[in-house]
Amino acid sequence: MKDVELKMLERAKALLQSGEVARVIGWKKGEFCYDPAPASFESVEEMENGFVYNWFCGANLSKYLIQMAKKEGKTAVFLKPCDTYSFNQLVKEHRINRENVYVIAVECLAKLDVEKMKAKGVSFITDVEVVDKDVKVTTAYGVETLYKPDVVLSKCAVCTKTHQVKDEEIILHERPEREVNRFEEVEKLEAMTEDERFAFWREQLSKCIRCNACRNVCPACSCVKCVFDNPASGIAAKANDDKFEEQLFHIIRAFHVSGRCTDCGECSRVCPQNIPLHLLNRKFIKDIDTLYGEYQAGEESEGKTPLTTYTEGDTEPNDVFNGEAK
Amino acid sequence: MQEVTEKKEFTPTIVAFCCNWCSYAGADLAGSSRLTYPANVKIIRVPCSCRVNPMFVLKAFQQGADGVILCGCHPGDCHYVTGNYYTRRRMALLYSFLNYMGIEKERTRLEWVSAAEGARFSAVMNDFVKQVAELGENKRLTDLRVKEGE
Amino acid sequence: MQRIGVFICWCGSNIAATVDVKKVAETIKSEPGVVYSENYQYMCSENGQQLIKQAIKEHNLTGIVIGACSPRMHEATFRKAAEEAGLNPYMVEIANIREHCSWIHKDMDEATEKAVILVRTAIAKVKLNAPLQAGESPVIKRALVIGGGIAGIQAALDIADAGFEVDIVEKNATIGGRMAQLDKTFPTLDCSACILTPKMVDCAQHEKIDILSYSEVEDVKGFVGNFSVKIRRKARFVDETKCTGCKICMEKCPSKKGLNTFNMGLNNRPAIYIPFAQAIPNVAVIDPEQCIKLKTGKCGICQKFCGVGAIDYEQKDTFVERQYGAIVVATGFKPIELDAFNEYGYNDNKDVITSLELERLMNAAGPSNGVLLRPSDNEHPKVITFIQCVGSRDTSGCGKPYCSKICCMYTAKHAMLIREKYPDTQVNVFYIDVRTPGKNYDEFYRRAVEQYGVNYIKGMVGKVYNENGKLMVQGSNLIDNEQITIESDLVVLAAAIEPEPSVRKVATLLTASIDTNNFLTESHAKLRPVESPTAGVYLAGVCQGPKDIPETVSQASACAAKVIGLLVKDKLKTNPCVAMPDENMCNGCSQCANVCAYGAITYVDKEFRIGGGKTEIRRVANVNPAVCQGCGACTVTCPSGAMDLKGFSSKQIMSEVEAICKK
Repeated sequence: MKDVELKMLERAKALLQSGEVARVIGWKKGEFCYDPAPASFESVEEMENGFVYNWFCGANLSKYLIQMAKKEGKTAVFLKPCDTYSFNQLVKEHRINRENVYVIAVECLAKLDVEKMKAKGVSFITDVEVVDKDVKVTTAYGVETLYKPDVVLSKCAVCTKTHQVKDEEIILHERPEREVNRFEEVEKLEAMTEDERFAFWREQLSKCIRCNACRNVCPACSCVKCVFDNPASGIAAKANDDKFEEQLFHIIRAFHVSGRCTDCGECSRVCPQNIPLHLLNRKFIKDIDTLYGEYQAGEESEGKTPLTTYTEGDTEPNDVFNGEAK
Repeated sequence: MQEVTEKKEFTPTIVAFCCNWCSYAGADLAGSSRLTYPANVKIIRVPCSCRVNPMFVLKAFQQGADGVILCGCHPGDCHYVTGNYYTRRRMALLYSFLNYMGIEKERTRLEWVSAAEGARFSAVMNDFVKQVAELGENKRLTDLRVKEGE
Repeated sequence: MQRIGVFICWCGSNIAATVDVKKVAETIKSEPGVVYSENYQYMCSENGQQLIKQAIKEHNLTGIVIGACSPRMHEATFRKAAEEAGLNPYMVEIANIREHCSWIHKDMDEATEKAVILVRTAIAKVKLNAPLQAGESPVIKRALVIGGGIAGIQAALDIADAGFEVDIVEKNATIGGRMAQLDKTFPTLDCSACILTPKMVDCAQHEKIDILSYSEVEDVKGFVGNFSVKIRRKARFVDETKCTGCKICMEKCPSKKGLNTFNMGLNNRPAIYIPFAQAIPNVAVIDPEQCIKLKTGKCGICQKFCGVGAIDYEQKDTFVERQYGAIVVATGFKPIELDAFNEYGYNDNKDVITSLELERLMNAAGPSNGVLLRPSDNEHPKVITFIQCVGSRDTSGCGKPYCSKICCMYTAKHAMLIREKYPDTQVNVFYIDVRTPGKNYDEFYRRAVEQYGVNYIKGMVGKVYNENGKLMVQGSNLIDNEQITIESDLVVLAAAIEPEPSVRKVATLLTASIDTNNFLTESHAKLRPVESPTAGVYLAGVCQGPKDIPETVSQASACAAKVIGLLVKDKLKTNPCVAMPDENMCNGCSQCANVCAYGAITYVDKEFRIGGGKTEIRRVANVNPAVCQGCGACTVTCPSGAMDLKGFSSKQIMSEVEAICKK
């Protein structure tokens, strides 16, 4: 991973130095190795002092481009495979001007979830090294080895995404190909009874504190002003003192991003209450795939989404349950 | 004895969104043909079924509706050419999603009713009311404050 | 402060018998915002309306609710009454307590309770109504007809006769279209040219009609009453104003091996040509692919011989931009390509031809001067076999799922004409069904069978193959339940017809919708059959669906009536209940335009203040109120809720929902 980081640093500095780009969007070191944060670097010095790319750089940087790409000069950005789908979707929706952005595709062999690591009893982490499926964690107390599939971010566990956009790439290690079923968890829920599902979601959504982290991080939730803040919508948030408000919020949010959600998984990653929000979006994705043919948002940067098109023989809503036509 | 059962009988609140050109006219025809359906069905007129935002459906449930039915022109007959095709996709996904959240699938319905199908309008409403009545009160998508307030 | 007036109608006993109207009016009085509530026997009557008008004035009402019959019945009436009393007509809401209440319920308490809720719901809505003004847009009194076949000709003549200017844009060098290629027409067997060419001449001579032949529509902007159309005038390398149509160039041209497309490629024509003798305009055109001068720079013979100096090898495409109030699409059809139908051997045998080719072979002006000779050896065919439904009613995916409609009749015509002219010829017709509805149509077909002895065989043909110079037609006879093979000299395929492919581009330019078979979609299949859903665009002829000449002419005249109805207006009133985006909330994401069936939404870059004295440029949606029909599809697609529909706003509908659910 260090080799990748060095290469990225080198390229970013060269781009800044030559004036080809005015800024670079990347990740900045945090207090610990596991809390890097998205940041914009405008000089070689800033890069040298703060840039980092490690196993905890899970954040999707594409959404930052909505603002950044409007600034003077070109903006370079590091995009992992999953991030490029969001990028394309934003280009499709005219939120990013493609010409103003220089995309550096960077490799990703999955990112780690520090919460999952802590849950395994590892604390005071100072460094992490990954060899194949072994995560060697250096802590204040010594070195511990964790099984990688146990501690990767949920979104990485089922990821098979590949770069959709790039002006150049930095890929030093190939990711092995694999077969995964990202709908497994959705299918589990579908197999439950209505009562069980209701109980599941009530429990999950009751945890919601309406911090809006999911909305803020979501690259599909890129509205200039959110519908929940729109007094003319009739659903502008009222006092959040009823459980229904949470349900309403999450149902409407999921519907609004349906056909546009690239399944980047950021919503679940940032949720402080660990609500598996991606399972809401993934249900829409699964239904769209089943009913209207496979569709991956962000695979292309123009065209219509499944909800802005139709065929004359589409399935009737009364016949659709659990994603299957009767 | 009979009085007691009558009092206990649950009459669901049903919100029916009807497009102006087909279904609302179908409901008018049901009326002029004196084809009855329960009084707890209340119709909201919209220009096209595609005007119905999922938020309206949720709002209805939030406010205590027990069932929501959406009626539009038959596919291919939309006054606005393609409106109901979008409706069909939106509602297919919404209904499936609500069920995924644990909302009884019998509470949502979409029917195509033409201006000539007064009898069908009445039959659909009778059927839907019966279906929702059997299910009982909507508790899962209700905002409790709304009920307490009144 | 809102001052709402409520008027409950008895409708005689229609409402009053089941709904306690007095109680409703009384109950509603205590609703917040209601300052006046009354009931009356017939609100729609002169007296009822008077009552409403008076109340509006006396009580200074800001909005009114009429509890009465369906808004589909009297909404317009009450809006007009409100307007006459000085209240904006869109401040009126109707609670439908007749069709949706009194007529379907028997129990008075129940019906009364429901009526109260329906009136409350209407009050909830009217409180959020905003006064709306119907917009106005001017009408340019000129029409464009795209396509110069019989449909376009008829529409243009009718419109021009009403006194309006019409331009016909025709992509070929002459108007006339498919009908000009036909020999005789069913069911009267009159000569096609004899009835068509006078109309073509009328077009050319009509002072209100301008024919832009050899031209194509390049771009369309604007909307009903106000289209701006860019037309490409393709270089014909002949000055239209000078050419006299003397044809000396055709005689002298050394490059004579071009396929004569007018004759379906059955013979050749020179590189400079006039498509047919009665062409309008009667002006030559040079095929640049074939012309030696244009290809190599050497030759120039036509220029030398042209007595009026009309030849111009330097001519380039030019563009004209014109304004129109209405557009008629009459782009017509072509027979389908038969590459997918190898079983009939069309590509391999010269004597397997299409019906349109047969038309040319039988036409006195055709390649064989009207003598029916088979293409391979110019012999008289003795046995002719027709195969119906070649690519029509075909669900295999090779052809078209629809019935081409005209084939049964023209085949009966061909069979009859052949039997008439050459009584020693045997004529067989393989058919799946014979469909001949229409005035004098079935009689016509029966004449072919009964009087002319045409051998109709119910069954499909499996294969046509060449054996010793004879065409063997292998098929089934479903009536006798046997497989048969007919030795034939000529095989004629009734190829399906499909819309002329250029219609796709025209449809895109006009944002007119098109179905899966590339036929243009009409606004309503039964009630608005000649209007496109795009306002101001009308459909004539086969571009809208298969049809024969009489139907095409009827539709063209209907189109003309619609166009005239539009053009006589000086201004158009536009429906004010249209979509309108809140620019401060709009993302410019294009989702709304994706679902708009009318092309009413465009995007503009606008400058917005973002605080701190700064501004930013954002792309935002812009709805053209003259084009928007107010369906609301865009409002639901919009994620931020920036797009809303006037008269049916999200807030209004939400408040109706609330009023209904209130317990």
